[in-house]
Amino acid sequence: MNLQNLIQDKTYAITLAVLVVITFLIPICNWIFPENSPLHFSAYSVSLIGKYMCFALLGLSLDMVWGYAGILMLGQGAFFALGGYAMGMYLMRQIGSRGMYGNAELPDFMVFLNWTELPWYWYGFDNFGFAMLMVFLAPGLLAFVFGWLAFRSRVTGVYLSIITQALTYALSLAFFRNEMGFGGNNGLTDFKDILGFSIQSDGVRTALLFCTGLSLAGALLLCRWIVNSKLGRVVTAIRDQESRVRFLGYRVELFKLWVFVFAAMLAGLAGALYVPQVGIINPSEFSPLNSLEIVIWVAVGGRCTLHGAIIGAVLVNYAKTVLTGLMPDAWLFCLGGAFILVTLLMPGGIVGLLRRPRKLPPAVNIIGESA
Amino acid sequence: MMISAVSTPEGGVSLPLDNDEVDTRHGPILYMEDVSVSFDGFRALNHLSLYIDDGELRCLIGPNGAGKTTLMDVITGKTKPNSGSVFFGQTIDLLQLDEPAIAQAGICRKFQKPSIFDALTVFENLELALKTDKRTWPTLFHRLTGEQRDRIQDVLQLIALSGQQRQLAGALSHGQKQWLEIGMLLMQNPKVMLVDEPIAGMTHQEVERTAELLLTLQGQHSIVVVEHDMEFVRSIARKVTVLHEGSVLTEGTMDEVQNDPRVIQVYLGG
Repeated sequence: MNLQNLIQDKTYAITLAVLVVITFLIPICNWIFPENSPLHFSAYSVSLIGKYMCFALLGLSLDMVWGYAGILMLGQGAFFALGGYAMGMYLMRQIGSRGMYGNAELPDFMVFLNWTELPWYWYGFDNFGFAMLMVFLAPGLLAFVFGWLAFRSRVTGVYLSIITQALTYALSLAFFRNEMGFGGNNGLTDFKDILGFSIQSDGVRTALLFCTGLSLAGALLLCRWIVNSKLGRVVTAIRDQESRVRFLGYRVELFKLWVFVFAAMLAGLAGALYVPQVGIINPSEFSPLNSLEIVIWVAVGGRCTLHGAIIGAVLVNYAKTVLTGLMPDAWLFCLGGAFILVTLLMPGGIVGLLRRPRKLPPAVNIIGESA
Repeated sequence: MMISAVSTPEGGVSLPLDNDEVDTRHGPILYMEDVSVSFDGFRALNHLSLYIDDGELRCLIGPNGAGKTTLMDVITGKTKPNSGSVFFGQTIDLLQLDEPAIAQAGICRKFQKPSIFDALTVFENLELALKTDKRTWPTLFHRLTGEQRDRIQDVLQLIALSGQQRQLAGALSHGQKQWLEIGMLLMQNPKVMLVDEPIAGMTHQEVERTAELLLTLQGQHSIVVVEHDMEFVRSIARKVTVLHEGSVLTEGTMDEVQNDPRVIQVYLGG
């Protein structure tokens, strides 16, 4: 193993270690120290860190698709939102008769629309297990159908990117409609309980953070295992020389589809962890802008490194938290500027500054079309 | 019966072939009959008929635009012909299969421009080419067996890249890349190897070694070589097919072909 790989492994190991420490440290501190102690993390910082971790998981999922499989996915936010909606639907059903209208059968927005019975696609969501299944199945199924059609007809490069952008835009328009039965532009909110515990309570917040941290660390390990497997190498090969891989006897479209669906499910999980921590899911999560931001996180952190996506997601979102507070109007300029700077000056992102790219030859362009 | 194609070679390169469904009882392993391909009115192949015998080393020559690369595209499934038939052995209709299926059936191709995976090491390039279960889940859980490792080492030795196996393929010289791609063909243990311009960018010694390699492989594999370099073709060819304007102009030994007035006309008279 040469020095560059060692450094790469080092930053990876550090990222993983920091992640695990945060995951365990915060719940332990909050359990040991009383609320007024300086070592007790406030509800605000707990949910903020939890939120960053959800974004990191989302960034990680995009790095699988974009970094390794070379598919510039501009709609990864759609899968995140679908996972979020599945979780939101479960949380809505937990409200029961405590809603404004006191209807035990129907969520408030349905009562408001004068609906008399629950639509069939809401059946089962009062069950946590079923909802968790849908967290993976809904994005997975959409990714499967979309990917199957796109990859089989060999749509690649910028055309595919535009279609993915259209996909998430179409979903945002659909979810904005009240008739869809997902709460229209208000989305789903006013959650009360999760698994019988109050969602506002300190304990639940900390537990959610703990689950998010574990999911993220687990996902990082799993993704690394996948990219180091032979499938990972096939996918990398497809990114660089798609037709050559076909002539080696691999069904390229199925390999792309595999990664695409896997990443969609990861994104769905991220969405499901995100919704109870921020307390709302609405159609703006489907907005194309959100999906573009994910690309920027990954680019800033370092594409094709996995842990780079996590670092990028956390840093960019931290900057967003700070800068939108200081100068809200300038945030989008900063974001756009960061993307341009990274693309021009550090194509390997932050992690790339620490090492030479091994998996990413300089000739690979952003949309992943081999020349 | 041509059993020689599956017998153990002297070089120890090939494992015994596991699938022998290719029916070569009548001699040829590849049949192309009356194949035509046109692109926007341009006839790249024009009622071409060609037969490749089992275990044979055949050279294809012809001026630019004669249809050599299109012919390989048709055999490997990249281009579907407008008419004609292409059979692998007696029974396998190649026009019904797509590229991965044709590759798995045992027809492999080396491209004109070396097509290797720059971001992977030499070893990993060969590993990807290895003939094995190529579906997604088995690929995810794939671990190399000792036997497979040995085979990769054998091929590495054969293509003289043992010392570079941990290097990124992108760092190889042009000639080495060509060899690596030939190695990738060998890993697939193909019945038919289509080799497009194997010696472009090679030094004189590399050319000689390539010729040697191809000569040791004939008999175990059927090999079709497209090459412009006449010296090279002369050094390896027993039988040469000359293509011109999308059909076969003539076939024969190098001497016969070079003295054929039609060939001289095509190459010199234009």
